[in-house]
Amino acid sequence: MIKELGTGLRLTIIMTVLTGLIYPGAMTALCQLIFPSQANGSMITANGKVVGSAIIAQSFTRPEYFHPRPSAAGNGYDAGASSGSNLGPTSQKLIDRVKGSVADFHKENPGFTGNLPADSVTTSSSGLDPHISPASAEAQLARVAQARGVGPEQIRSLMAAHSQDPDLGFLGEPRVNVLTLNIALDERFPKK
Amino acid sequence: MTALGIAQIVIFFLIVLAITKPVGVFMTRVFEGQRTFLHAILRPLERLIYRLGGIREDEEQSWTRYAASVISISVFSLLATYALQRLQGWLPFNPQHFSTPQAPQNATPMTPDLAFQTAVSFMTNTNWQSYVPETTMSYFVQMAALAVQNFISAAVGIAVAVALIRGFARHSAKAIGNLWVDVTRCTVYIFLPISVLAALFFVWQGSIQNFKPYETVQTLEGSTQVIAQGPLASQLAIKMLGTNGGGFTNANSSHPYENPTPLSNLIQMVLIFCLGAGLTYMFGKMVGDTRQGWALFAAMGVMFLAGAFICYWAEQAGNPTIASLGVERSYTGTQPGGNMEGKEVRFGNPMTALFATVTTDASCGAVIGMHDSFTPIGGLIPLFNIQTDEVIFGGVGAGLYSMLIYAVIAVFIGGLMVGRTPEYVGKKIEQKEVKMAIIAVLATAFCILVFTGISSVIPFAKDSYWNGPGPATANTNNAGPHGFAEILYAYTSGAGNNGSAFAGINANTPWYALTMGIDMLIARFFFIIPALAIAGSLAAKKLVPVTSGTLPTNNSLFVILLIGTVVIVGALTYFPALSLGPIVEHFQMLNGKVF
Repeated sequence: MIKELGTGLRLTIIMTVLTGLIYPGAMTALCQLIFPSQANGSMITANGKVVGSAIIAQSFTRPEYFHPRPSAAGNGYDAGASSGSNLGPTSQKLIDRVKGSVADFHKENPGFTGNLPADSVTTSSSGLDPHISPASAEAQLARVAQARGVGPEQIRSLMAAHSQDPDLGFLGEPRVNVLTLNIALDERFPKK
Repeated sequence: MTALGIAQIVIFFLIVLAITKPVGVFMTRVFEGQRTFLHAILRPLERLIYRLGGIREDEEQSWTRYAASVISISVFSLLATYALQRLQGWLPFNPQHFSTPQAPQNATPMTPDLAFQTAVSFMTNTNWQSYVPETTMSYFVQMAALAVQNFISAAVGIAVAVALIRGFARHSAKAIGNLWVDVTRCTVYIFLPISVLAALFFVWQGSIQNFKPYETVQTLEGSTQVIAQGPLASQLAIKMLGTNGGGFTNANSSHPYENPTPLSNLIQMVLIFCLGAGLTYMFGKMVGDTRQGWALFAAMGVMFLAGAFICYWAEQAGNPTIASLGVERSYTGTQPGGNMEGKEVRFGNPMTALFATVTTDASCGAVIGMHDSFTPIGGLIPLFNIQTDEVIFGGVGAGLYSMLIYAVIAVFIGGLMVGRTPEYVGKKIEQKEVKMAIIAVLATAFCILVFTGISSVIPFAKDSYWNGPGPATANTNNAGPHGFAEILYAYTSGAGNNGSAFAGINANTPWYALTMGIDMLIARFFFIIPALAIAGSLAAKKLVPVTSGTLPTNNSLFVILLIGTVVIVGALTYFPALSLGPIVEHFQMLNGKVF
C-alpha cells in the first residue's frame, strides 16, 4: 500500500504538468498560430472599433436593429456569466415572462400577425445565442425597414447574406446572425 | 418529427456504428501493449512517464492492489484539486483576480465547501458544477486542476473496464493488469492525440484558446459588454472525450464559444460515444468472440435510439401553455417550433434532444440545452438514463463495467429461469459475482433515493451553517413537481457521476456540497471496487466449456434479456420517484397547470 501511495502521488504530479500545463500551453500556441481570429474570440469591428464577438449575442433594443432572443445571462446578454433561465414548463414565472415578451413583440412589430416563431420569445440555453430563426428575422423586417427608410426587399437580400443553412445540409437549423447583420445594415443603410 | 430531425439521429448512430470496430481494435492494441502507428512518436513519452513515476511496465497487480492504486491516485487527485482551488488567489493565470481583493463584484467566493464539492465532482468524473466558471475559476485552476482530472478520472474509468475485461478473458490467473500502466497508455495513446486534433477542430469552428483577460467592448448600441475568454478548447476536447462534461463556461456546450456550430456539436457527440462504443468491441475481441461485444452494442443501440426518439418527440411537441399565448408549436422550416426555452437556434429541437440523450447515456453531463427547461417527458429521459447507471455506451470505461455488471445480473436471472448455474463468456457466475453486482447497483439507488428523500423534507434553522433558513426545497428554482425533480436530478446526476443538471437548483451550500460529495464518492467507489473484485474473482476461475446447456450470450435473445434487466431494475427502483416528478408534471402541463 505504501508503494501505491508513492506512485499515486508521483503520477498525479506528472499528469498535472503534462495534461494541465504542457497540453493547454502547446494548444494555445498552436491555435494562436493557425486560427488567431477564432482563438481570440472572433472579435468583430465596426468603424474601426471592436464592437463584440461575431458569435456572441449582445443587447439590441432600437427599432432600426434586428433584436436577438431574450437572454437570461446575468441582467441580459452578460457574456461573463452565461446562463439559461432554468425555468421548467409548468413555471408561473416562465409563462408570465413569455406573455410579456409576446406583448412587447406585437407592440414593436404592429404589422405582424399569426403565431410568433418559437425562438423569438424564449430565452436560449447560454443567454448568448447569436442567432435568430429566419422566421423571427422576417417578423422584424418591416419594423427595421421602416426605421431605416428603405424597402424591405433591400434588407431581405442582406438578411440572406447573413443567414446559414443547416451544416452539411442536415445538421442543426437554419439561422440568421443578428450582430453581423446589424453591422452590415449600418454600413449599407445608415440611419439618417 | 421531421425527416431532417430523424436523419440527424440516424446518421449520428451510423457514425458511431462505423467507428466502433476501428476504435476497439486500436484500444485493444494499446492496452495489450502492442505497437500502434503512434508508438514511433509517443513511445518515448510513455517511457519517460514510467521512469519519472517509478512504474514497472512489466509488473502486474492483483485486484486488491489494482483497487488500492485506484484509491491512491484518487486521493491525491482530490487533495491536489482542492488545494489548487483554495490557493488560486496566489497562483498565476488569474487575469480576473478571483479569490483576491481585486476580484470582480459578481465573483463567487471559493469557499471550502465549494472547493470540496468541486474536487470530489471532478475526481469522480462527475463534473457537477455548483458555480459559474466565468465568475469563479482562474485559468490556472481550469487547466491544472479541473482539466487534469478530466484526464485522470477518465483514464481510471477506462482502466477499470479494461481490468474487468481481463477478468473475463483470463483464466486461472492472479493478476488483472497494472493500473499505472493502463492509465499512462490511455492518456498517451488515446486521450492526448485525439484531444489535440479535436481542440484544433473546435477552434477552427470558433472556440477560443487564449490566456488574455476578459474582453470589454462597446456594443453597437453603445452599452458595455464583458466577454469571458480563456484556454477553452483544450479543456473542451477532453471534457467530451473523457465523458467528464464539466463546462469551461456556465452554459457548458451551449455557449457559442464552447460549441460554435452544429458541426462542432456532431463531433462533440461522437467524442462522447466513441471510446464507450469501442470498448464493446474490445470486450468481444479480448474474450475471443466479437459477437459477445456486438451483443452488448446491440442492447446499447436499441436503448439509445428509443431514448433519443422519445426525447425528440417530447421536445418537438413543446409546451401547450406557451403555444396558447400565440407562439408557434410546430416546425415550419424557417423556425424550430417545439420547446425552445433553454435551447439554441443553431441546434434546434432534434439536435438538442439527441445531445441530451447522448450525454446521459454516457456519464458525460455536458449540455447544449438546459435540461431544467425541457418538457417533463423530455427531462425524464436523461433522468432515467442516469438512473439505470449509464449503461448505454456509457462513461468511458464506466459504461462498459456497468453494463457487464448488468450482464452478470441478467445471466443470473436467466440461469434461475432455466435452472442452471449461470455462465457468461466462459466463466461460471457464482455467489461472489452476483453479490458484488448487487452491491454496485444498490449503492447507486441508495444514494439517489435516500439523499433525495432527506433533502425533500429537511428544514434548517434560521442561522444554520449548512443551508439557508427553512426547507432545503427552497433552494430550487421551480415550484411543484418540477422543484422535486430538480432535487431528484441533482442526486441522480451525482450518483451517476454524470454532472448534468436541472440547473435551477442552488447546490452551492454546505448541505448540498456535503451530501452530493458523499453521493458521488459512494457511487463511484462502490461501483469500481465491486467491479474489480469481480475481475479478480473471474480471472482466477477456469474456463467452462460451452455445452448444449449453456445460455448463449451472443444472440438476440440475450440482448432482449439484458435490455429487460436494465429497464426492469431501473423502473422498479425509480418509478415512484419519477411519478412524483416528471410523470405527474407531464399531466399537469397538458392541463395548463402552473406553479
